[in-house]
Parts: sequence; C-alpha cells; structure tokens
Amino acid sequence: MMPIILFYIFAVILLLSAVMVVISRNSVHAALFLVLAFCNASGLFLIAGAEFLAILLIAIYAGAVMILFLFIVMTMQTNLVQLKEGMQHYLPVGFCIAIVLVVELIIVAINWHIDPNVAEAARQPLLQNMSNTKALGSLIYTNYIFLFQMAGLVLLVAMIGAIVLTLRKRPTNRRQVVARQHMREPNQTLEMRSVELNKGVDDLGGYLRPKETYYGIAQEDSFGPKPGDKMDITEKRQEREQSK
Amino acid sequence: MNILNTVGLAPYLIVSGLLFTIGLFGIFASRKNLIVILMSIELMLLSANLNLIAFSSALENLTGQVLVMFTLTVAAAESAIGLAIVMVYYRNRHSVEVQDATMMKG
Repeated sequence: MMPIILFYIFAVILLLSAVMVVISRNSVHAALFLVLAFCNASGLFLIAGAEFLAILLIAIYAGAVMILFLFIVMTMQTNLVQLKEGMQHYLPVGFCIAIVLVVELIIVAINWHIDPNVAEAARQPLLQNMSNTKALGSLIYTNYIFLFQMAGLVLLVAMIGAIVLTLRKRPTNRRQVVARQHMREPNQTLEMRSVELNKGVDDLGGYLRPKETYYGIAQEDSFGPKPGDKMDITEKRQEREQSK
Repeated sequence: MNILNTVGLAPYLIVSGLLFTIGLFGIFASRKNLIVILMSIELMLLSANLNLIAFSSALENLTGQVLVMFTLTVAAAESAIGLAIVMVYYRNRHSVEVQDATMMKG
C-alpha cells in the first residue's frame, strides 16, 4: 500500500512541476521547477527499484545540468514583459498538437498488449540476487562495454563542441603562445647595462624594460591594447562611467 | 523489485505519456524563450526514461536501466551543446526568441 501512495504523491508533484516549467514566465523559476520535477522523477525511479539511476538523476540533473541552465539564464538579461506577451499567441497551436498526441497515445494504449511469453524470455536469473548497482555494473562492463565507451566519446565531443562554440577571441584576451615563448632569446628583450657606483641609471637614459622590440616579438594583440590603439577601450570606459 | 506487484505498469505509462505531452506542449507554447524549449526537451527525455525504467522493472530485465544511463549521458551532452548554441545566439542577437533566428531566411 505504501508504494502506491508514494507513487501518486511523486507523480502528481512531478506533473504539476512539469506544467509550471512550461507556463512560468521567469526562466529562473522554470529551472528551479525542473529541479523539483527531476527529484520527484527520481522518487518514481526508486519505487520501480532503480536505486542507482535515481541517485544518478539527482546528481546529473539537479547537480550539474540545472546549474548550467541557471548560469546561462542569469547571464542573459531577457525582457520578461516581452516574453509574457508572446505566450497567448502560441497557446492554441500547442494545445492542438498536445491533444493530437494524447489521442494517438490513447489509440496505441487501447490496441496494445504484452505477449505473456515476453516476461519469461526477458528475465535475467543471474542478476536476481545482486544489488541494483552491482547488477548494472556487471552488465555495463561486459555486454555493453562498447556502448559505454561510445557514451564517453559523446561526452568528449560535447565538451569540445561547447568550448569551441562559446570561445571567442577578444583583443583584450591575454593568450600564451608557447612556441614564441620558447623561440625567444633573452637578449631580444633584455639587455645588460653597466652602471657606475653612486651614479644611478639616469645618465644612461633610464632603464628600459621591456625593450621596444617587445611588441614586435610578441603575438599581435596578445598583451592588451597599446596606448592610443584602436582597441584601447579606456576612453569608452571613461565615457560610460561619466554617463552613469 | 517488480512494479507489477505494487503500483502496476499502467500508472507509470500514463504518467510518462502525460509528461511527454506537457513537454511537447511546452515546445510549441514557449516560442519566445529558447531556454524553456530546451527544458521541455529535457522533460520529454525524462518521460522516455520513466517508460524504460517501468518496463525494465516489470519485465525484470536490466537492459532498460542500462539504456537509461546512456540516455542520461546523451541528454547531458545535448543540454550542454544546446545551451552553448543559445549563448552564441544571444551574443549575436541579444535575444532568446525563436522568431529572431531569421539570418538564414528560415
């Protein structure tokens, strides 16, 4: 009896928070409702006996993906009033498609039945007396090792793709060019000057470090704007501060 | 633990179907906000996962749960790439609306 009550509690909260994700005006609220939805879904996973996946769902979604969503939402300054206006315009289309899908699902459900022999054929007697995590591991590292490696590759591609998409070269970026750094000789940028005792370096024209050749040797734009440069934004910044 | 002994298969499938419908509705209703569309896609993937878990439990076959692990991996990768695309889009257009993606006359 207890699992049934818990199931309905989790299911109702899951569906309500899913509705709130869709209809809430504020994207931050939507992301937080999505966290609630995933926590309740992991409750449903627990009732179905998938303990490892339940904790995985919380760790991945509530822990990682939602932080990413919130980070992106908070870096954008979207106009909430504008978002409000567009909602009603698209509601009928959404309702139509949702109703069509529900009708199709009902049709499928009416004509659907399980072959009684399937349950016997699908049962895995070897995994009966193990914990869920151990059984999953014994499947992943034997039968599904190739898929497991492919999943790692998918994550690697996603990581590289996200970095390549969002990386941008700005003139104020300070990048290290290792090859140039290694090619550079010390006497290209430094020079030794002999200074007499108690004289100081003023007679020698002060001391110049780094040398004028520094910008020629350095990668273009990699050491920030030179004074008076086109990329020098100090004037713009001052104007901005004055306008405030 | 077999859900056929406690809740039964049908409630899980109904919840999963409703969740999928809500997600689909969200994609069409929130054309003003790309991020909510991404969240709706996450909801639809979650409903598919729920379905897989329910059948895995009812048939006492762990393959469904293995598949859910890989689905979670792909979903995480998808949301990372999707958010990166949204970020670049916002940087170029200063908006997250779907209608503003007209640069290729789509």
